[in-house]
Amino acid sequence: MNRLAIAGLVFIVLLSLVALLAPAIATHDVGATNLAARYLPPDSKHWLGTDATGRDVFSRVVYGARISLRVGLVVVAVSAVIGTAIGALAGFYGGWVDRVVSGYLFNVFLAFPGLLLAIAMVAFLGAGINKLILALCVIGWVGYARVMRGQVLKVREYDFVQAARALGARDWRILFVHILPNAVQPLIVQASLGMAGAVLSEASLSFLGLGVPPPAPSWGVMLEEARDLTTLQLAPHAMLVPGAAIALTVLAFNFLGDGLREYLDPRQRRR
Amino acid sequence: MKRKAFDILRRLLILLLVIWTVVSLVTLLIEMVPGDPATAILGEQATEEMRTQFRQKHGLDRPAFFFSYNAEEGGLRWHGADNRYVDYWRALLRGDMGRSFRTDRPVVELILSRYGATIQLALAALFVAVLIAIPLGVLAGTNRGRWLDSALSVVALVGISLPSFVIGPLFIYVFAVWLGWLDPSGRFGWSSIILPAVTLGAALSALLTRMVRSSVIEELGEDYVRTARAKGLGERTVVYKHVLKNGLIPVVTVLGLQLGVLLAGAIITEKIFNWPGLGLLLVDEGIGKRDYRLVQGCVLVISVTYIFANTVTDLLYRRLDPRIRVS
Repeated sequence: MNRLAIAGLVFIVLLSLVALLAPAIATHDVGATNLAARYLPPDSKHWLGTDATGRDVFSRVVYGARISLRVGLVVVAVSAVIGTAIGALAGFYGGWVDRVVSGYLFNVFLAFPGLLLAIAMVAFLGAGINKLILALCVIGWVGYARVMRGQVLKVREYDFVQAARALGARDWRILFVHILPNAVQPLIVQASLGMAGAVLSEASLSFLGLGVPPPAPSWGVMLEEARDLTTLQLAPHAMLVPGAAIALTVLAFNFLGDGLREYLDPRQRRR
Repeated sequence: MKRKAFDILRRLLILLLVIWTVVSLVTLLIEMVPGDPATAILGEQATEEMRTQFRQKHGLDRPAFFFSYNAEEGGLRWHGADNRYVDYWRALLRGDMGRSFRTDRPVVELILSRYGATIQLALAALFVAVLIAIPLGVLAGTNRGRWLDSALSVVALVGISLPSFVIGPLFIYVFAVWLGWLDPSGRFGWSSIILPAVTLGAALSALLTRMVRSSVIEELGEDYVRTARAKGLGERTVVYKHVLKNGLIPVVTVLGLQLGVLLAGAIITEKIFNWPGLGLLLVDEGIGKRDYRLVQGCVLVISVTYIFANTVTDLLYRRLDPRIRVS
Protein backbone atom coordinates (compact mmCIF):
# COMPACT_ATOMS: atom_id res chain seq x y z
CA MET A 1 0.00 0.00 0.00
CA ASN A 2 1.18 3.55 -0.57
CA ARG A 3 2.54 5.68 2.24
CA LEU A 4 -0.48 7.96 2.47
CA ALA A 5 -2.77 4.96 2.96
CA ILE A 6 -0.53 3.62 5.74
CA ALA A 7 -0.55 7.05 7.37
CA GLY A 8 -4.35 7.06 7.10
CA LEU A 9 -4.56 3.61 8.67
CA VAL A 10 -2.27 4.59 11.55
CA PHE A 11 -4.38 7.70 12.20
CA ILE A 12 -7.59 5.66 12.17
CA VAL A 13 -6.16 3.11 14.63
CA LEU A 14 -5.02 5.90 16.96
CA LEU A 15 -8.38 7.64 16.68
CA SER A 16 -10.20 4.40 17.49
CA LEU A 17 -8.03 3.95 20.59
CA VAL A 18 -8.78 7.53 21.64
CA ALA A 19 -12.50 6.86 21.21
CA LEU A 20 -12.38 3.60 23.16
CA LEU A 21 -10.29 5.03 25.99
CA ALA A 22 -12.01 8.44 26.04
CA PRO A 23 -12.87 8.36 29.77
CA ALA A 24 -9.21 7.67 30.63
CA ILE A 25 -7.79 10.25 28.20
CA ALA A 26 -10.16 13.17 28.78
CA THR A 27 -8.90 15.57 31.42
CA HIS A 28 -12.20 17.29 32.21
CA ASP A 29 -15.93 16.65 32.31
CA VAL A 30 -17.14 17.32 28.73
CA GLY A 31 -20.31 19.08 29.83
CA ALA A 32 -18.89 21.11 32.72
CA THR A 33 -19.19 24.80 31.92
CA ASN A 34 -17.09 27.28 33.86
CA LEU A 35 -17.83 30.93 33.26
CA ALA A 36 -14.66 31.93 35.07
CA ALA A 37 -12.58 30.00 32.54
CA ARG A 38 -14.03 31.13 29.21
CA TYR A 39 -11.94 31.57 26.05
CA LEU A 40 -8.75 30.33 27.72
CA PRO A 41 -5.78 29.70 25.42
CA PRO A 42 -4.08 26.30 25.56
CA ASP A 43 -2.02 25.81 28.72
CA SER A 44 -0.96 23.01 31.07
CA LYS A 45 -4.41 22.71 32.65
CA HIS A 46 -6.49 22.94 29.45
CA TRP A 47 -4.27 21.39 26.76
CA LEU A 48 -6.30 22.81 23.90
CA GLY A 49 -7.85 25.74 25.75
CA THR A 50 -11.52 26.31 26.55
CA ASP A 51 -14.56 27.42 24.54
CA ALA A 52 -17.15 30.19 24.96
CA THR A 53 -18.69 28.54 28.03
CA GLY A 54 -15.42 27.45 29.60
CA ARG A 55 -15.61 23.80 28.56
CA ASP A 56 -12.36 21.94 27.97
CA VAL A 57 -11.80 21.68 24.19
CA PHE A 58 -9.40 18.71 24.43
CA SER A 59 -11.82 16.53 26.39
CA ARG A 60 -14.68 17.43 24.06
CA VAL A 61 -12.71 16.56 20.94
CA VAL A 62 -11.71 13.24 22.51
CA TYR A 63 -15.33 12.36 23.27
CA GLY A 64 -16.36 13.69 19.86
CA ALA A 65 -14.32 10.90 18.26
CA ARG A 66 -16.76 8.46 19.87
CA ILE A 67 -19.76 10.10 18.23
CA SER A 68 -18.13 10.36 14.81
CA LEU A 69 -16.86 6.79 14.74
CA ARG A 70 -20.04 5.34 16.22
CA VAL A 71 -22.25 7.04 13.66
CA GLY A 72 -19.80 6.13 10.90
CA LEU A 73 -19.57 2.47 11.88
CA VAL A 74 -23.31 1.97 12.31
CA VAL A 75 -24.11 3.77 9.06
CA VAL A 76 -21.48 1.84 7.10
CA ALA A 77 -22.48 -1.51 8.62
CA VAL A 78 -26.20 -1.09 8.07
CA SER A 79 -25.95 0.43 4.60
CA ALA A 80 -23.37 -2.17 3.54
CA VAL A 81 -25.57 -5.08 4.61
CA ILE A 82 -28.73 -3.66 3.02
CA GLY A 83 -26.95 -2.40 -0.09
CA THR A 84 -25.05 -5.65 -0.60
CA ALA A 85 -28.22 -7.70 -0.27
CA ILE A 86 -30.18 -5.54 -2.71
CA GLY A 87 -27.29 -5.31 -5.18
CA ALA A 88 -26.70 -9.06 -5.02
CA LEU A 89 -30.36 -9.89 -5.62
CA ALA A 90 -30.59 -7.45 -8.53
CA GLY A 91 -27.42 -8.74 -10.16
CA PHE A 92 -28.13 -12.41 -9.50
CA TYR A 93 -31.75 -12.65 -10.54
CA GLY A 94 -31.83 -9.90 -13.17
CA GLY A 95 -35.23 -9.49 -14.81
CA TRP A 96 -37.78 -7.13 -13.27
CA VAL A 97 -35.99 -7.04 -9.90
CA ASP A 98 -32.94 -5.63 -11.62
CA ARG A 99 -34.99 -3.26 -13.69
CA VAL A 100 -36.61 -1.78 -10.57
CA VAL A 101 -33.34 -1.57 -8.63
CA SER A 102 -30.84 -0.41 -11.25
CA GLY A 103 -33.25 1.20 -13.69
CA TYR A 104 -35.33 3.13 -11.16
CA LEU A 105 -33.84 3.21 -7.65
CA PHE A 106 -30.25 3.87 -8.74
CA ASN A 107 -31.38 6.64 -11.07
CA VAL A 108 -33.52 8.29 -8.42
CA PHE A 109 -30.79 8.21 -5.80
CA LEU A 110 -28.15 9.38 -8.26
CA ALA A 111 -30.31 12.23 -9.47
CA PHE A 112 -31.04 13.46 -5.96
CA PRO A 113 -28.47 15.29 -3.82
CA GLY A 114 -27.79 12.92 -0.91
CA LEU A 115 -27.19 15.62 1.69
CA LEU A 116 -30.49 17.31 0.80
CA LEU A 117 -32.40 14.06 1.24
CA ALA A 118 -30.80 13.55 4.65
CA ILE A 119 -31.60 17.16 5.61
CA ALA A 120 -35.21 16.74 4.45
CA MET A 121 -35.67 13.52 6.42
CA VAL A 122 -34.23 14.95 9.62
CA ALA A 123 -36.26 18.14 9.11
CA PHE A 124 -39.49 16.18 9.30
CA LEU A 125 -38.44 13.43 11.72
CA GLY A 126 -36.74 15.81 14.13
CA ALA A 127 -33.07 15.92 15.19
CA GLY A 128 -31.39 13.12 17.13
CA ILE A 129 -28.59 10.64 16.70
CA ASN A 130 -30.74 7.67 15.70
CA LYS A 131 -32.77 9.63 13.17
CA LEU A 132 -29.52 10.97 11.78
CA ILE A 133 -28.21 7.41 11.40
CA LEU A 134 -31.44 6.37 9.70
CA ALA A 135 -31.22 9.26 7.23
CA LEU A 136 -27.58 8.50 6.42
CA CYS A 137 -28.39 4.81 5.84
CA VAL A 138 -31.21 5.74 3.47
CA ILE A 139 -28.75 7.66 1.29
CA GLY A 140 -25.81 5.33 1.98
CA TRP A 141 -26.93 1.90 0.76
CA VAL A 142 -26.93 2.82 -2.95
CA GLY A 143 -23.14 2.88 -3.26
CA TYR A 144 -22.80 -0.67 -1.93
CA ALA A 145 -25.68 -1.93 -4.05
CA ARG A 146 -24.06 -0.57 -7.21
CA VAL A 147 -20.68 -2.09 -6.40
CA MET A 148 -22.23 -5.43 -5.45
CA ARG A 149 -24.47 -5.62 -8.49
CA GLY A 150 -21.51 -4.98 -10.79
CA GLN A 151 -19.44 -7.63 -9.06
CA VAL A 152 -22.21 -10.22 -9.16
CA LEU A 153 -22.77 -9.62 -12.86
CA LYS A 154 -19.04 -10.18 -13.43
CA VAL A 155 -18.47 -13.17 -11.15
CA ARG A 156 -21.73 -14.88 -12.13
CA GLU A 157 -20.26 -15.82 -15.49
CA TYR A 158 -17.01 -17.28 -14.14
CA ASP A 159 -16.38 -20.96 -14.83
CA PHE A 160 -16.37 -22.07 -11.22
CA VAL A 161 -19.80 -20.53 -10.62
CA GLN A 162 -21.14 -22.21 -13.74
CA ALA A 163 -19.57 -25.44 -12.49
CA ALA A 164 -21.23 -25.09 -9.09
CA ARG A 165 -24.54 -24.46 -10.78
CA ALA A 166 -24.07 -27.51 -13.00
CA LEU A 167 -23.39 -29.57 -9.87
CA GLY A 168 -26.80 -28.54 -8.62
CA ALA A 169 -25.87 -25.99 -5.93
CA ARG A 170 -28.77 -23.92 -4.67
CA ASP A 171 -29.04 -20.19 -5.40
CA TRP A 172 -28.21 -19.08 -1.86
CA ARG A 173 -25.17 -21.35 -1.76
CA ILE A 174 -23.87 -19.93 -5.04
CA LEU A 175 -24.47 -16.41 -3.76
CA PHE A 176 -22.89 -16.79 -0.33
CA VAL A 177 -20.15 -19.34 -0.93
CA HIS A 178 -19.06 -18.55 -4.45
CA ILE A 179 -20.00 -15.03 -5.40
CA LEU A 180 -19.89 -13.00 -2.17
CA PRO A 181 -16.26 -13.81 -1.21
CA ASN A 182 -15.19 -12.68 -4.67
CA ALA A 183 -16.98 -9.37 -4.31
CA VAL A 184 -15.64 -8.46 -0.87
CA GLN A 185 -12.62 -6.46 -2.01
CA PRO A 186 -14.42 -3.58 -3.76
CA LEU A 187 -16.89 -3.54 -0.87
CA ILE A 188 -14.03 -2.91 1.57
CA VAL A 189 -12.90 0.04 -0.53
CA GLN A 190 -16.46 1.33 -0.63
CA ALA A 191 -16.75 0.94 3.15
CA SER A 192 -13.60 2.97 3.76
CA LEU A 193 -14.79 5.79 1.51
CA GLY A 194 -18.24 5.36 3.09
CA MET A 195 -16.77 6.00 6.56
CA ALA A 196 -15.31 9.27 5.27
CA GLY A 197 -18.70 10.18 3.83
CA ALA A 198 -20.61 9.27 6.98
CA VAL A 199 -18.26 11.16 9.31
CA LEU A 200 -18.54 14.17 7.01
CA SER A 201 -22.35 13.98 6.77
CA GLU A 202 -22.72 13.59 10.53
CA ALA A 203 -20.59 16.67 11.08
CA SER A 204 -22.46 18.61 8.36
CA LEU A 205 -25.89 17.83 9.78
CA SER A 206 -24.79 18.45 13.35
CA PHE A 207 -23.26 21.73 12.21
CA LEU A 208 -26.62 22.73 10.72
CA GLY A 209 -28.28 21.80 14.01
CA LEU A 210 -29.98 18.80 12.43
CA GLY A 211 -27.83 16.00 13.76
CA VAL A 212 -26.58 15.23 17.22
CA PRO A 213 -28.21 17.82 19.47
CA PRO A 214 -26.00 20.03 21.66
CA PRO A 215 -24.47 19.95 24.20
CA ALA A 216 -23.15 16.59 22.99
CA PRO A 217 -19.52 17.05 21.92
CA SER A 218 -20.03 16.21 18.24
CA TRP A 219 -17.30 17.85 16.17
CA GLY A 220 -19.94 19.47 13.96
CA VAL A 221 -21.69 20.94 17.01
CA MET A 222 -18.38 22.20 18.41
CA LEU A 223 -17.60 23.97 15.14
CA GLU A 224 -21.03 25.55 15.01
CA GLU A 225 -20.72 26.77 18.61
CA ALA A 226 -17.29 28.30 17.99
CA ARG A 227 -17.87 30.20 14.76
CA ASP A 228 -19.38 33.41 16.13
CA LEU A 229 -17.15 36.46 15.83
CA THR A 230 -16.46 36.84 19.56
CA THR A 231 -15.24 33.26 19.88
CA LEU A 232 -13.24 33.53 16.65
CA GLN A 233 -11.56 36.62 18.03
CA LEU A 234 -10.89 35.43 21.57
CA ALA A 235 -10.50 31.67 21.13
CA PRO A 236 -9.89 30.61 17.51
CA HIS A 237 -8.65 27.23 18.78
CA ALA A 238 -12.22 26.31 19.76
CA MET A 239 -13.01 26.35 16.00
CA LEU A 240 -9.65 25.13 14.69
CA VAL A 241 -9.42 21.99 16.83
CA PRO A 242 -12.72 20.30 15.87
CA GLY A 243 -12.21 21.52 12.27
CA ALA A 244 -8.83 19.81 12.13
CA ALA A 245 -10.29 16.66 13.72
CA ILE A 246 -13.00 16.42 11.04
CA ALA A 247 -10.61 17.17 8.19
CA LEU A 248 -7.95 14.69 9.37
CA THR A 249 -10.46 11.90 9.94
CA VAL A 250 -12.10 12.35 6.54
CA LEU A 251 -8.68 12.62 4.91
CA ALA A 252 -7.46 9.44 6.66
CA PHE A 253 -10.43 7.36 5.47
CA ASN A 254 -10.12 8.79 1.94
CA PHE A 255 -6.38 8.02 1.83
CA LEU A 256 -7.04 4.51 3.10
CA GLY A 257 -9.85 3.93 0.61
CA ASP A 258 -7.82 5.22 -2.34
CA GLY A 259 -4.80 3.19 -1.23
CA LEU A 260 -6.84 0.02 -0.79
CA ARG A 261 -8.37 0.43 -4.22
CA GLU A 262 -4.94 0.67 -5.81
CA TYR A 263 -3.61 -2.20 -3.72
CA LEU A 264 -6.50 -4.56 -4.35
CA ASP A 265 -6.72 -3.83 -8.05
CA PRO A 266 -3.29 -4.54 -9.56
CA ARG A 267 -4.29 -2.93 -12.85
CA GLN A 268 -4.55 0.41 -11.09
CA ARG A 269 -1.26 0.03 -9.25
CA ARG A 270 1.19 2.64 -10.43
CA ARG A 271 4.91 2.17 -11.15
CA MET B 1 -31.45 8.95 -35.71
CA LYS B 2 -34.22 6.75 -34.40
CA ARG B 3 -31.87 5.48 -31.73
CA LYS B 4 -30.98 9.03 -30.70
CA ALA B 5 -34.62 10.02 -30.36
CA PHE B 6 -35.25 6.89 -28.33
CA ASP B 7 -32.32 7.74 -26.06
CA ILE B 8 -33.56 11.26 -25.39
CA LEU B 9 -37.06 9.92 -24.77
CA ARG B 10 -35.67 7.41 -22.28
CA ARG B 11 -33.80 10.18 -20.45
CA LEU B 12 -36.93 12.31 -20.30
CA LEU B 13 -38.92 9.37 -18.93
CA ILE B 14 -36.35 8.81 -16.19
CA LEU B 15 -36.39 12.55 -15.51
CA LEU B 16 -40.17 12.49 -15.05
CA LEU B 17 -39.98 9.40 -12.85
CA VAL B 18 -37.33 11.03 -10.66
CA ILE B 19 -39.32 14.24 -10.31
CA TRP B 20 -42.46 12.27 -9.49
CA THR B 21 -40.53 10.41 -6.79
CA VAL B 22 -39.13 13.61 -5.33
CA VAL B 23 -42.52 15.31 -5.16
CA SER B 24 -44.09 12.20 -3.62
CA LEU B 25 -41.33 11.95 -1.03
CA VAL B 26 -41.63 15.61 -0.14
CA THR B 27 -45.41 15.35 0.14
CA LEU B 28 -45.38 12.21 2.23
CA LEU B 29 -42.45 13.14 4.49
CA ILE B 30 -44.68 15.65 6.25
CA GLU B 31 -46.66 12.66 7.56
CA MET B 32 -43.57 11.56 9.44
CA VAL B 33 -43.54 14.63 11.67
CA PRO B 34 -43.82 13.26 15.19
CA GLY B 35 -47.00 14.40 16.88
CA ASP B 36 -49.37 16.97 15.46
CA PRO B 37 -47.99 19.70 13.15
CA ALA B 38 -50.67 22.13 14.34
CA THR B 39 -49.50 21.79 17.95
CA ALA B 40 -45.87 22.01 16.88
CA ILE B 41 -46.52 25.32 15.16
CA LEU B 42 -49.13 26.98 17.35
CA GLY B 43 -47.60 25.79 20.62
CA GLU B 44 -49.07 23.93 23.57
CA GLN B 45 -51.12 26.93 24.69
CA ALA B 46 -53.22 27.09 21.53
CA THR B 47 -56.87 26.22 21.97
CA GLU B 48 -58.41 23.26 20.19
CA GLU B 49 -60.40 25.74 18.08
CA MET B 50 -57.25 27.45 16.85
CA ARG B 51 -55.73 24.13 15.97
CA THR B 52 -58.78 22.99 14.03
CA GLN B 53 -58.83 26.25 12.15
CA PHE B 54 -55.15 25.92 11.33
CA ARG B 55 -55.60 22.37 10.06
CA GLN B 56 -58.54 23.39 7.93
CA LYS B 57 -56.69 26.31 6.43
CA HIS B 58 -53.70 24.27 5.34
CA GLY B 59 -55.69 21.19 4.39
CA LEU B 60 -54.19 19.14 7.21
CA ASP B 61 -57.66 17.88 8.20
CA ARG B 62 -57.93 15.94 4.97
CA PRO B 63 -56.74 12.36 4.52
CA ALA B 64 -53.05 12.09 3.72
CA PHE B 65 -53.15 9.57 0.91
CA PHE B 66 -55.47 7.50 -1.26
CA PHE B 67 -56.05 5.09 1.60
CA SER B 68 -55.42 5.03 5.30
CA TYR B 69 -55.14 2.32 7.89
CA ASN B 70 -56.61 2.59 11.34
CA ALA B 71 -57.10 -0.55 13.40
CA GLU B 72 -59.80 1.02 15.60
CA GLU B 73 -61.93 2.33 12.75
CA GLY B 74 -62.12 -0.97 10.96
CA GLY B 75 -58.81 -1.30 9.15
CA LEU B 76 -58.17 -0.10 5.63
CA ARG B 77 -60.18 2.86 4.36
CA TRP B 78 -60.30 4.14 0.81
CA HIS B 79 -60.48 7.91 0.28
CA GLY B 80 -60.16 8.18 -3.47
CA ALA B 81 -58.71 11.30 -5.05
CA ASP B 82 -59.93 13.38 -2.12
CA ASN B 83 -56.59 13.52 -0.32
CA ARG B 84 -53.63 15.77 0.47
CA TYR B 85 -51.27 14.01 -1.90
CA VAL B 86 -53.52 14.86 -4.84
CA ASP B 87 -54.11 18.35 -3.41
CA TYR B 88 -50.39 19.07 -3.43
CA TRP B 89 -49.98 17.85 -7.00
CA ARG B 90 -52.98 19.85 -8.23
CA ALA B 91 -51.69 23.04 -6.64
CA LEU B 92 -48.16 22.39 -7.85
CA LEU B 93 -49.30 22.09 -11.45
CA ARG B 94 -50.83 25.56 -11.05
CA GLY B 95 -47.49 26.83 -9.73
CA ASP B 96 -48.73 27.00 -6.16
CA MET B 97 -46.75 25.50 -3.29
CA GLY B 98 -49.12 26.46 -0.53
CA ARG B 99 -48.75 29.12 2.12
CA SER B 100 -46.07 29.33 4.76
CA PHE B 101 -47.28 27.91 8.09
CA ARG B 102 -45.61 30.79 9.91
CA THR B 103 -45.87 33.94 7.85
CA ASP B 104 -48.87 32.98 5.70
CA ARG B 105 -47.05 34.24 2.60
CA PRO B 106 -47.12 32.08 -0.54
CA VAL B 107 -44.16 29.68 -0.48
CA VAL B 108 -43.44 30.37 -4.16
CA GLU B 109 -42.98 34.06 -3.38
CA LEU B 110 -40.57 33.33 -0.51
CA ILE B 111 -38.54 30.98 -2.68
CA LEU B 112 -38.37 33.33 -5.66
CA SER B 113 -37.09 36.11 -3.43
CA ARG B 114 -34.11 33.92 -2.47
CA TYR B 115 -33.48 31.92 -5.62
CA GLY B 116 -31.27 34.48 -7.36
CA ALA B 117 -28.84 34.70 -4.46
CA THR B 118 -28.26 30.95 -4.48
CA ILE B 119 -27.73 30.76 -8.24
CA GLN B 120 -25.36 33.73 -8.04
CA LEU B 121 -23.36 32.01 -5.30
CA ALA B 122 -23.21 28.69 -7.19
CA LEU B 123 -22.05 30.35 -10.41
CA ALA B 124 -19.46 32.43 -8.57
CA ALA B 125 -18.15 29.27 -6.91
CA LEU B 126 -17.95 27.57 -10.30
CA PHE B 127 -15.99 30.52 -11.64
CA VAL B 128 -13.57 30.48 -8.70
CA ALA B 129 -13.06 26.74 -9.09
CA VAL B 130 -12.18 27.04 -12.79
CA LEU B 131 -9.94 30.02 -12.14
CA ILE B 132 -7.91 28.00 -9.63
CA ALA B 133 -8.05 24.60 -11.30
CA ILE B 134 -6.91 25.32 -14.86
CA PRO B 135 -3.51 26.88 -14.11
CA LEU B 136 -2.79 24.44 -11.27
CA GLY B 137 -3.88 21.43 -13.32
CA VAL B 138 -1.75 22.50 -16.28
CA LEU B 139 1.19 23.11 -13.97
CA ALA B 140 0.85 19.65 -12.46
CA GLY B 141 0.29 17.94 -15.81
CA THR B 142 3.26 19.52 -17.56
CA ASN B 143 5.50 18.75 -14.59
CA ARG B 144 4.32 15.17 -14.27
CA GLY B 145 6.27 13.11 -11.78
CA ARG B 146 8.27 16.01 -10.36
CA TRP B 147 7.93 17.30 -6.83
CA LEU B 148 5.61 20.12 -7.95
CA ASP B 149 3.16 17.54 -9.32
CA SER B 150 3.24 15.47 -6.12
CA ALA B 151 2.83 18.56 -3.96
CA LEU B 152 -0.14 19.75 -6.01
CA SER B 153 -1.83 16.36 -5.88
CA VAL B 154 -1.53 16.26 -2.08
CA VAL B 155 -2.95 19.80 -1.90
CA ALA B 156 -5.83 18.67 -4.15
CA LEU B 157 -6.60 15.65 -1.96
CA VAL B 158 -6.55 17.82 1.16
CA GLY B 159 -8.84 20.30 -0.62
CA ILE B 160 -11.33 17.57 -1.47
CA SER B 161 -11.35 16.34 2.12
CA LEU B 162 -11.78 19.74 3.74
CA PRO B 163 -15.50 20.35 4.25
CA SER B 164 -16.91 23.83 3.68
CA PHE B 165 -17.87 24.23 7.33
CA VAL B 166 -14.20 23.88 8.23
CA ILE B 167 -12.85 26.12 5.45
CA GLY B 168 -15.57 28.76 5.93
CA PRO B 169 -14.95 29.66 9.58
CA LEU B 170 -11.21 29.46 8.86
CA PHE B 171 -11.58 32.06 6.10
CA ILE B 172 -13.72 34.25 8.35
CA TYR B 173 -11.03 34.01 11.02
CA VAL B 174 -8.18 34.90 8.64
CA PHE B 175 -9.78 37.45 6.31
CA ALA B 176 -12.43 39.07 8.48
CA VAL B 177 -11.24 38.77 12.08
CA TRP B 178 -7.47 38.73 11.70
CA LEU B 179 -6.74 40.77 8.57
CA GLY B 180 -10.03 42.66 8.52
CA TRP B 181 -10.17 42.76 4.72
CA LEU B 182 -13.63 41.35 4.10
CA ASP B 183 -17.04 41.20 5.73
CA PRO B 184 -17.56 38.07 7.84
CA SER B 185 -21.12 37.50 6.63
CA GLY B 186 -24.15 38.86 4.82
CA ARG B 187 -24.68 40.12 1.29
CA PHE B 188 -23.80 43.78 0.97
CA GLY B 189 -21.19 45.00 -1.51
CA TRP B 190 -19.65 43.05 -4.36
CA SER B 191 -16.84 41.88 -2.10
CA SER B 192 -19.14 39.97 0.24
CA ILE B 193 -19.48 37.14 -2.27
CA ILE B 194 -15.72 36.41 -2.31
CA LEU B 195 -15.47 34.34 0.86
CA PRO B 196 -18.66 32.27 0.29
CA ALA B 197 -17.72 31.63 -3.34
CA VAL B 198 -14.19 30.50 -2.51
CA THR B 199 -15.49 28.32 0.34
CA LEU B 200 -18.09 26.65 -1.85
CA GLY B 201 -15.75 26.32 -4.81
CA ALA B 202 -12.71 25.00 -2.91
CA ALA B 203 -13.58 21.29 -3.04
CA LEU B 204 -14.61 21.56 -6.68
CA SER B 205 -11.38 23.34 -7.61
CA ALA B 206 -9.42 20.49 -6.04
CA LEU B 207 -11.42 17.92 -7.98
CA LEU B 208 -11.04 19.89 -11.23
CA THR B 209 -7.30 20.30 -10.73
CA ARG B 210 -6.97 16.51 -10.71
CA MET B 211 -9.10 16.25 -13.84
CA VAL B 212 -7.26 18.96 -15.77
CA ARG B 213 -3.98 17.32 -14.82
CA SER B 214 -4.88 13.87 -16.13
CA SER B 215 -6.50 15.41 -19.21
CA VAL B 216 -3.34 17.40 -19.99
CA ILE B 217 -1.14 14.33 -19.50
CA GLU B 218 -3.32 12.30 -21.82
CA GLU B 219 -3.43 14.95 -24.55
CA LEU B 220 0.34 15.61 -24.37
CA GLY B 221 0.89 12.09 -25.66
CA GLU B 222 -1.19 12.68 -28.81
CA ASP B 223 0.26 12.98 -32.31
CA TYR B 224 -0.97 16.49 -32.90
CA VAL B 225 1.15 17.71 -30.00
CA ARG B 226 4.25 16.27 -31.65
CA THR B 227 3.28 17.96 -34.90
CA ALA B 228 2.76 21.28 -33.17
CA ARG B 229 6.13 21.02 -31.46
CA ALA B 230 7.79 19.93 -34.70
CA LYS B 231 6.64 23.00 -36.52
CA GLY B 232 8.41 25.04 -33.92
CA LEU B 233 5.61 26.31 -31.69
CA GLY B 234 6.61 27.37 -28.22
CA GLU B 235 5.65 25.02 -25.37
CA ARG B 236 3.28 27.66 -23.99
CA THR B 237 1.32 27.84 -27.25
CA VAL B 238 1.24 24.06 -27.53
CA VAL B 239 -0.20 23.66 -24.05
CA TYR B 240 -2.60 26.57 -23.92
CA LYS B 241 -3.75 26.64 -27.54
CA HIS B 242 -3.81 22.98 -28.50
CA VAL B 243 -3.78 20.73 -25.48
CA LEU B 244 -6.20 22.70 -23.31
CA LYS B 245 -8.76 23.05 -26.09
CA ASN B 246 -9.10 19.29 -26.37
CA GLY B 247 -8.40 18.51 -22.77
CA LEU B 248 -11.18 20.67 -21.41
CA ILE B 249 -14.06 18.69 -22.94
CA PRO B 250 -14.36 16.17 -20.09
CA VAL B 251 -13.80 18.98 -17.61
CA VAL B 252 -16.78 20.90 -18.99
CA THR B 253 -19.07 17.95 -18.31
CA VAL B 254 -17.93 17.62 -14.75
CA LEU B 255 -18.54 21.34 -14.37
CA GLY B 256 -22.17 20.95 -15.38
CA LEU B 257 -22.69 17.98 -13.12
CA GLN B 258 -21.01 19.82 -10.28
CA LEU B 259 -23.33 22.80 -10.60
CA GLY B 260 -25.96 20.57 -9.04
CA VAL B 261 -23.61 19.54 -6.25
CA LEU B 262 -22.82 23.21 -5.62
CA LEU B 263 -26.53 23.99 -5.28
CA ALA B 264 -26.87 21.37 -2.56
CA GLY B 265 -23.58 22.37 -0.95
CA ALA B 266 -24.73 25.97 -0.91
CA ILE B 267 -27.05 25.08 1.98
CA ILE B 268 -24.09 24.84 4.37
CA THR B 269 -22.12 27.72 2.86
CA GLU B 270 -25.14 30.01 3.07
CA LYS B 271 -25.54 29.09 6.73
CA ILE B 272 -21.88 29.86 7.47
CA PHE B 273 -21.89 33.27 5.78
CA ASN B 274 -25.51 34.19 6.39
CA TRP B 275 -25.92 34.41 2.62
CA PRO B 276 -29.64 35.02 2.01
CA GLY B 277 -30.32 32.19 -0.45
CA LEU B 278 -32.53 29.12 -0.60
CA GLY B 279 -30.34 27.13 1.78
CA LEU B 280 -30.61 29.70 4.53
CA LEU B 281 -34.37 29.93 3.91
CA LEU B 282 -34.61 26.14 4.25
CA VAL B 283 -32.48 25.83 7.39
CA ASP B 284 -33.36 28.98 9.35
CA GLU B 285 -36.90 29.85 8.32
CA GLY B 286 -38.08 26.37 7.30
CA ILE B 287 -36.53 23.75 9.56
CA GLY B 288 -35.61 26.12 12.38
CA LYS B 289 -39.17 27.41 12.74
CA ARG B 290 -40.84 24.12 11.80
CA ASP B 291 -42.49 25.71 8.80
CA TYR B 292 -43.06 22.38 7.09
CA ARG B 293 -44.81 23.84 4.06
CA LEU B 294 -41.78 26.02 3.39
CA VAL B 295 -39.43 23.04 3.88
CA GLN B 296 -41.40 21.09 1.29
CA GLY B 297 -41.10 23.93 -1.21
CA CYS B 298 -37.38 24.50 -0.65
CA VAL B 299 -36.46 20.81 -0.88
CA LEU B 300 -38.54 20.50 -4.02
CA VAL B 301 -37.05 23.53 -5.77
CA ILE B 302 -33.45 22.69 -4.84
CA SER B 303 -33.75 19.10 -6.01
CA VAL B 304 -35.58 19.91 -9.22
CA THR B 305 -32.95 22.54 -10.08
CA TYR B 306 -30.27 19.95 -9.35
CA ILE B 307 -31.92 17.30 -11.49
CA PHE B 308 -32.52 19.79 -14.27
CA ALA B 309 -28.88 21.01 -14.30
CA ASN B 310 -27.66 17.42 -14.51
CA THR B 311 -29.97 16.45 -17.36
CA VAL B 312 -29.17 19.54 -19.42
CA THR B 313 -25.44 18.95 -18.96
CA ASP B 314 -25.81 15.37 -20.03
CA LEU B 315 -27.71 16.25 -23.19
CA LEU B 316 -25.37 19.15 -24.02
CA TYR B 317 -22.34 16.96 -23.55
CA ARG B 318 -23.66 14.47 -26.06
CA ARG B 319 -23.96 17.27 -28.59
CA LEU B 320 -20.58 18.81 -27.82
CA ASP B 321 -18.39 15.77 -28.19
CA PRO B 322 -18.75 14.10 -31.59
CA ARG B 323 -17.10 10.95 -30.28
CA ILE B 324 -19.98 10.36 -27.91
CA ARG B 325 -22.61 11.39 -30.40
CA VAL B 326 -21.43 8.68 -32.77
CA SER B 327 -21.11 5.90 -30.23
